[in-house]
Amino acid sequence: MPDATETQQSSPLTGQPSETSPAGQPEREFTVPERSQTQMILRRFFQHKLAVASLFVLLGVVLLAFVGGALWKYSYVDITADESVPPSWEHPFGTDAVGHDSFAQVLRGTQLSLGVAVLVALFSTVVGTVWGSIAGYYRGWLDTVMMRIADLVLTLPLLAVAAVLGHNVGGSWWLIAVVIAGLYWAYVARVARGVVLSLREKEFIEASKALGASDMRIILRHLVPNSLGAVIVNATILVAIAILIETALSFLGFGVRPPDTSLGLLVSNAQTAVSTRPWLFYFPGLFIIIIALTINFIGDGLRDAFDPKQTKVRE
Amino acid sequence: MLAYALRRVLISVPILIASTFVVFVITALSKSPISELRAKNPPPPERTIELERQRLNLDQPLLERYWNWLLGLFRGDFGPSVQSRMDIGAEVVDRFLVTFRLIGLAMLVALILAIIVGVISAVRQYSGVDYTSTFLGFLFLSLPSFWFAILLKQAGISFNNAVGSQVLFTIGDSSVYVTGGTWAEFTDILGHMVLPTISLALLSFAAWSRFQRASMLEVLNSDYVRLARAKGLRRGTVMRKHALRTALIPLTTVTALDLGAIISGAVVTEKVFQWQGAGTFLLDAISNSDVYAVQAWLLVSATFIILFNLAADLLYGVLDPRIRYA
Repeated sequence: MPDATETQQSSPLTGQPSETSPAGQPEREFTVPERSQTQMILRRFFQHKLAVASLFVLLGVVLLAFVGGALWKYSYVDITADESVPPSWEHPFGTDAVGHDSFAQVLRGTQLSLGVAVLVALFSTVVGTVWGSIAGYYRGWLDTVMMRIADLVLTLPLLAVAAVLGHNVGGSWWLIAVVIAGLYWAYVARVARGVVLSLREKEFIEASKALGASDMRIILRHLVPNSLGAVIVNATILVAIAILIETALSFLGFGVRPPDTSLGLLVSNAQTAVSTRPWLFYFPGLFIIIIALTINFIGDGLRDAFDPKQTKVRE
Repeated sequence: MLAYALRRVLISVPILIASTFVVFVITALSKSPISELRAKNPPPPERTIELERQRLNLDQPLLERYWNWLLGLFRGDFGPSVQSRMDIGAEVVDRFLVTFRLIGLAMLVALILAIIVGVISAVRQYSGVDYTSTFLGFLFLSLPSFWFAILLKQAGISFNNAVGSQVLFTIGDSSVYVTGGTWAEFTDILGHMVLPTISLALLSFAAWSRFQRASMLEVLNSDYVRLARAKGLRRGTVMRKHALRTALIPLTTVTALDLGAIISGAVVTEKVFQWQGAGTFLLDAISNSDVYAVQAWLLVSATFIILFNLAADLLYGVLDPRIRYA
């Protein structure tokens, strides 16, 4: 965790570039250039080779899905004259029994699955963090009420309630994202509350209170920057979790529905064709694994970058 | 401790009731089963529809319906099902007994493997074993469970073809007709359980082995373990008696917290392997807009989750002498 003075120096709001030493402090004797918090985090992240490699692979998949999907000669709804052909140059991922180009369908599925996952991560991170921080900072009856509500959401088995809701709201992809986020934010709120609870007892918070800082200032300038690391790492891993939830939901038939498609739906449609038309089954599954795996690696790299203490072994 | 347990159970009751209410409202707002009846061709007479509406309590306002359901529970009545011949109470118990078989074995397998792998990769940190298990852990965490289950099913079919007899069953939770007494029945059920258990255990194994590794590493780097070594105790003794015992404690909490995810995982596993368990019961109930059946499923699984968490917390107190429940 960065301490308060570092955070203040690196913050653009202080109006002082972080390279110069703040007024009132003795001239530095070292010639090593000072690095801001962000620079240090980025440096540490880029030293994590697996995470950087994963980042490039993930960017490749995203580009392929969104740019490639728009440029590819077939659309996911097109019905071609070729039925059940194995992968070839004409159809890189083969076609299904009706003649849909599987490559176009996988790209479309990736678009939707990624869209849902990012939206889930965004919604539940924002709602959960605000919820947990307010509860943790103010404590008292507000904390009790807010966390009981979160507990209530946590007792609901996620996939089951998401299936009920998904059955109700229909197959639009952003509604599915809202449904999953509506159940997942409580996990984030718990994590955020824990971070804030430990932070609010720290000396620098006490110091700024003694200096007469308002609640708003303490939350925005001290609590938020200091818990940002944990929140970002959590949100990243949440994208991977959300992809798996969405695909499972679509697989069960309560997520994205035909004529639109998602990676889970493609696997579901292909489950009886594993031995006869294996390409229909393997490619969507492979895409889910690649996306989830790279995001998990990136999350791991970010965790190390934000909190180097965690992996360092005491000698 | 008894007082603590009682208080915890009492706190859980309102949470349980509130969560059943939330789900009741959500399910009751979905497509009415009456509209399906109306859509039938030829349309049933108005009188039939009206009787069905009354049978399913759809003529009552929402709050009244919920209240009556809650009162009915005390009489052991789980409410009427859309499928008129089904007794929800008896059915849900049967289905959950099947599912608990799967969940119990999968959790046991996952726990044992996770402890072994987690401890080994912590003790041999940064060795080949550690890197391999870390990578596999990440891979399993990123596997879509339904995809992997289908793959396992396919592998089971190939295996059976290669052996030339049905060793691993890929469909259903048990054979309809088994001859040869109790032993044959037992092996038949076991044969049906192998593949679903592997597929369900894998995800928990991945998460728990990562957790066990972290918890063991923390203990190994602590001062008291270094002191034990400095005193001249043998490495093996320190590992077993001092480190491992402490490192196992946090896993109890994680195991209990993950139960909800495992129950959700069982829904997917049962769907793939076509088990007649609680998971497929839930999926059918949702598709049929069978409000009372969804409620029964939720009630049983939520109660189970709450009790399991309570047991874990009490066990935590037994394992960790620093914790005292007042």
